[in-house]
Amino acid sequence: MRSVTDTGDLQPRRRGKLYWALADGWVLARRNLVQIPRIPELVVFATIQPVMFVLLFRYVFGGAIDVGGESYVNYLMAGIFVQTVAFGAVSTGIGLSEDLQKGLVDRFRSLPMARSAVLTGRTIADLVRNLFVILVMLVVGILVGFRPEAGLAGWGGAIGLLLLLSFSFSWIGATIALLLRSTEAVQSAGFIWLFPLTFASSAFVMTNNMPGWLQAFADHQPMTQVMDAVRGFLLAQPVGSHGWQALAWCLGILALFIPLSVSLYRRVAAR
Amino acid sequence: MRNDRPAILAEGLQKSYGKTRALDGLDLRVEEGTILGLLGPNGAGKTTAVRILSTLLAPDAGRAEVAGLDVERQAGELRSKIGLTGQYAAVDEYLTGRENLEMVGRLYHLPKKLARRRADELLERFDLVGAASRLVKTYSGGMRRRLDLAASLVFSLPILFLDEPTTGLDPRSRIAMWDIIGELVSGGTTLLLTTQYLDEADRLADRIAVVDAGRVIAEGTSGELKARVGGERLEITVADGDGLEKAASVLEGYAHGDVRVDAERRYVGTTVAGGPGLLATVVRDFDAAGVQVDELGLHRPTLDDVFLTLTGHAAEPEGDGEISDEKDIA
Repeated sequence: MRSVTDTGDLQPRRRGKLYWALADGWVLARRNLVQIPRIPELVVFATIQPVMFVLLFRYVFGGAIDVGGESYVNYLMAGIFVQTVAFGAVSTGIGLSEDLQKGLVDRFRSLPMARSAVLTGRTIADLVRNLFVILVMLVVGILVGFRPEAGLAGWGGAIGLLLLLSFSFSWIGATIALLLRSTEAVQSAGFIWLFPLTFASSAFVMTNNMPGWLQAFADHQPMTQVMDAVRGFLLAQPVGSHGWQALAWCLGILALFIPLSVSLYRRVAAR
Repeated sequence: MRNDRPAILAEGLQKSYGKTRALDGLDLRVEEGTILGLLGPNGAGKTTAVRILSTLLAPDAGRAEVAGLDVERQAGELRSKIGLTGQYAAVDEYLTGRENLEMVGRLYHLPKKLARRRADELLERFDLVGAASRLVKTYSGGMRRRLDLAASLVFSLPILFLDEPTTGLDPRSRIAMWDIIGELVSGGTTLLLTTQYLDEADRLADRIAVVDAGRVIAEGTSGELKARVGGERLEITVADGDGLEKAASVLEGYAHGDVRVDAERRYVGTTVAGGPGLLATVVRDFDAAGVQVDELGLHRPTLDDVFLTLTGHAAEPEGDGEISDEKDIA
């Protein structure tokens, strides 16, 4: 057998920078995706939590909440979808901080690969995972009485927006992980900012019963915009300006947090 | 690589973390195809030096060239010429051994087929074929280290950095690792190896740089460093405490330095010039003086002694000084 160091015939391929940013990102996304079924407890718990929310709100609080004519479960599910994909940002952060702590990022940083790939690989994998979780939640919703009326375009709009939100929040999660590094810190800090956004929103109640200042916040923050748009799409009701505002929020978040996390990643020197 | 240039060159590297000065003007020079052992205790700055040389960290001051490329300005180009195995096995626990190696191959931009073939070759060479399809999570510490080293050899790498490659391994895995490292370098790879194990540096490295508090305090071959401590040590344990004084006065005649006496251990020792026939002469002198000797030995200085002499403190502050390479000539 030839020596380990005899590698003369190993010729790397030559392509442009953008090609490698995508190809390397995909190599890492695949790496993250094949791990999902190997750590089933992660998927199970990531699914149990929103299922609990559905059951609690549908059966415990639902009867006491007035959502203006619509059945509560029909109202609720848009909020649940958005909450579920938004909380996925925490997994993005945890996955990244674990790579940082275990020294894997050191290995990646010493390879001649695209610098952005660790981040794009992680966020793309989380996007795929979130798509799966959305489908699971849809089944759960239908089991407890959710009756969407959307046509093909409505479904496309709803799922498209949910995935866009998932992707943009993942980059926030990545930024938090790069700032804090320790998995424990990322785990707790990762949820803190999500709670007010999730509850001071139109997820579980209509915002017009909130105090004026809170309603002003709730009505304009990104999660409400996405919820209202998704709700409109799924229930075949007018979406109004929510669709555009949701889109603008998501693109704005991406425009801010992609460069921010990429530049943090360049500087991060995991010790 | 041009031959007139060293494979690794560092000049005046400085790096601080807050108030802690990790590197304080570190200079290094490693010729192509040789192994330099960077030897020092925890916190001496070894890992920081490796991180700078492998492009992971920018120095605060100073400059470094690896394979003729500046580690800061030409980092991108340099990364396809170096391999790094850090202190923690940087492999993915939830991938199999083969998947880990294939992933690294793909990230070196090898086509899929080549990445797979290379992974198979390395699995075989590193004795991991049987475990190739198992998740790394189930691997032992030694297997992880081997996989980690294999991962840094996926691509043709003229220069390799190994940061404490055997820390935490059991003796058998350590020796297996040493064999692999030895083979690498016989294949022409330039290697910078950090270690806190003196015997490891002694066994693997062509030259050793002793690092303390972020600087190289001594550099040379293992033999040169040992010579700096002086000659060999003559060490005697007498059969009963009464003989100590007589033994000490016999040793005075040979001593190149102080004679140490430890009454509790019934020990007398000193540095001597050595030379053939020394022991026989000493034994005759003891006989003549009527000193009963339990144990008598001539010891070459170990790198432990070197470290102690150079830094004034022991090499392993945590006190796991299980390693010594003394040879009893008696």
